[in-house]
Amino acid sequence: MTHEPGWIREGTTGGRLVLAAGGGWTVAGAATLEGLVAALEPGASRQITEPARDVAFDLTEISALDTAGVWLLRQAARRYEEAGASVSWEGVADRFRPLFELVEANEGHKPERPPHANPLVAAIARLGEHTIEAGHEAVALTAFIGLATVTGLRAFLRPRRFRLVSLTNQIEQTGLNAMPIVGLMAFLIGIVLAFQGAIQLRKFGAEIYTIDMLAITIPREIGVLLTAIMVAGRSGSAFTAQIGTMKVNEEIAAMQALGLDPMEILVLPRINALIITLPILTLFSVFVGMVGGAAMAIVSLDMAAVQFVTRLQEAMTIKHFMVGMVKAPVFAYLIAVVGCYQGLRVSGGAESVGRLTTRAVVLSIFLVIVADAVFSIMFAAMDI
Amino acid sequence: MAAEKMAAEVVIRIRGLVNRFGKQVVHDGVDLDVMRGEVLGLVGGSGSGKSVLMRTILGLNRPQAGSIELLGADVARMGADARAATQTRCGVLFQDGALFSSLSVTGNVQAPMREHLQLAQPLMDELAALKISMVGLAPDAGPKLPGELSGGMRKRAGLARALVLDPEIVFLDEPTAGLDPIGAAAFDSLIGNLQRSLGLTVVMVTHDLDSLIAICDRIAVLVDKKVRVGTMAEHLEDPHPWIREYFHGPRARAAFGAKG
Repeated sequence: MTHEPGWIREGTTGGRLVLAAGGGWTVAGAATLEGLVAALEPGASRQITEPARDVAFDLTEISALDTAGVWLLRQAARRYEEAGASVSWEGVADRFRPLFELVEANEGHKPERPPHANPLVAAIARLGEHTIEAGHEAVALTAFIGLATVTGLRAFLRPRRFRLVSLTNQIEQTGLNAMPIVGLMAFLIGIVLAFQGAIQLRKFGAEIYTIDMLAITIPREIGVLLTAIMVAGRSGSAFTAQIGTMKVNEEIAAMQALGLDPMEILVLPRINALIITLPILTLFSVFVGMVGGAAMAIVSLDMAAVQFVTRLQEAMTIKHFMVGMVKAPVFAYLIAVVGCYQGLRVSGGAESVGRLTTRAVVLSIFLVIVADAVFSIMFAAMDI
Repeated sequence: MAAEKMAAEVVIRIRGLVNRFGKQVVHDGVDLDVMRGEVLGLVGGSGSGKSVLMRTILGLNRPQAGSIELLGADVARMGADARAATQTRCGVLFQDGALFSSLSVTGNVQAPMREHLQLAQPLMDELAALKISMVGLAPDAGPKLPGELSGGMRKRAGLARALVLDPEIVFLDEPTAGLDPIGAAAFDSLIGNLQRSLGLTVVMVTHDLDSLIAICDRIAVLVDKKVRVGTMAEHLEDPHPWIREYFHGPRARAAFGAKG
């Protein structure tokens, strides 16, 4: 329905002020109508020089009215009342009466605007809140790790508690399905490393040591680190999103009510699956990375394949390989624990799932890099 | 009642509607007229396609055959602008409120105003507060996020959002499910008030026999993939077994008893 736009006019009958309103007083025209209401001058009207004592609102000509219109009309009346006039209503159609009653009964709940704090104080307060929250989170994460460990140990005592179906399913999702992307990434990284390394080493005439560099960096650092980061982004986030959505749907609560332990059913298979798959993915990515490096070396650096393999045999030692592989299960544990922990922290709705998924990825990558640094220091101290 | 007064104008006209999902036929030749100013209850067994019918009218679901006229415009042939214009004239309350989870209740209620009208923030605050109070929420519910609300409160907030543009047609998907009986009765009378004062047309999917008795002018029953429309009195005479069972079952008798 389109209505003629709403209007309000001042007039006088027998010495009292009459405000005649008409047309459509609906939310569609509320911006204009608010302007009209604001333009009224209760203090000194154009018709009567002194403030009006007696004001009547004549609504006979109103063709359409809704709650917004009623609120605005009452707002106009309030302005006259504040100026000391007594307001009466005339010509209110019967069909609009319930609407007036409805608005009258529900207005006056002034929306509360939170007081604006000093931005500096607010920033400091926020910093404090975040610090305290980070402290709480560290404690809660530690407690969660403890709980996961206890659940895991209990499962060792009663192997039936290892959920085999769930475990294999997770291994497929986090391991097998991740192989194409992990392989592609490792291959490209191998190419880039070989190419960049060769350019730098050529300056010293030591181009052949490109192979040594590949043989050390890929198995020892790059292979495991990049695979872990990829898995954190791929599977850690999936853990949080899966468990978080189950939490939103009250599936976790349902499990607990049925006497099933979510730690055992959801968390343990995911941790175990990742501890199994990340080392395998690391091995795979080291292999593919070396293939990528070899391809680059042979195709564009004019190295013979035989030369590459001979040099590789001399440069590569089991030590570097083991250093890399030892880290993989630790990284896997960190990623899985953080992912599951954040998933169980979800409360409320979809927004919370998204926020905690982001947090899980950021936190697990951060912890992986911290752990890598700790390993480096440890191995350096052990002269490995 | 209002329905008789304004019975001339048809606001929703459905002809020969067919909805199929794969091999499953949900609607097979549904004809339905909704008059301006009436409250139409839509009932049917679980899986009979009540919500699908509502979604099809709103243009959220494309039917296989048939035509739907919503406020005089063909839903299937509507351009983007016409669709937006029609949508501002319809309010929808989804089953669990379907509030935007990243916005507060006030933000949710103001979202349609913000999108379709250019109002000053204080006026939007006032109108949002008015609507929030109208649906029976306490003023302090305004700044809360949907995640902090109970199911019934979410539903009320969703209703406030549906009503914020004072629409001509309101679609309600199981509005009183999950409300306590007092809230449900208050909601029924709220719909009655709005309907009388605005000439509001209400299409409500409901299983609440109390609401059907209290506020529905006519009832559309989805049986055998078609719709049978009539007043409560007419349905009570209908010999169809499902309809007999529905309106003569123990719960229906209890609801009628409470009324009489």
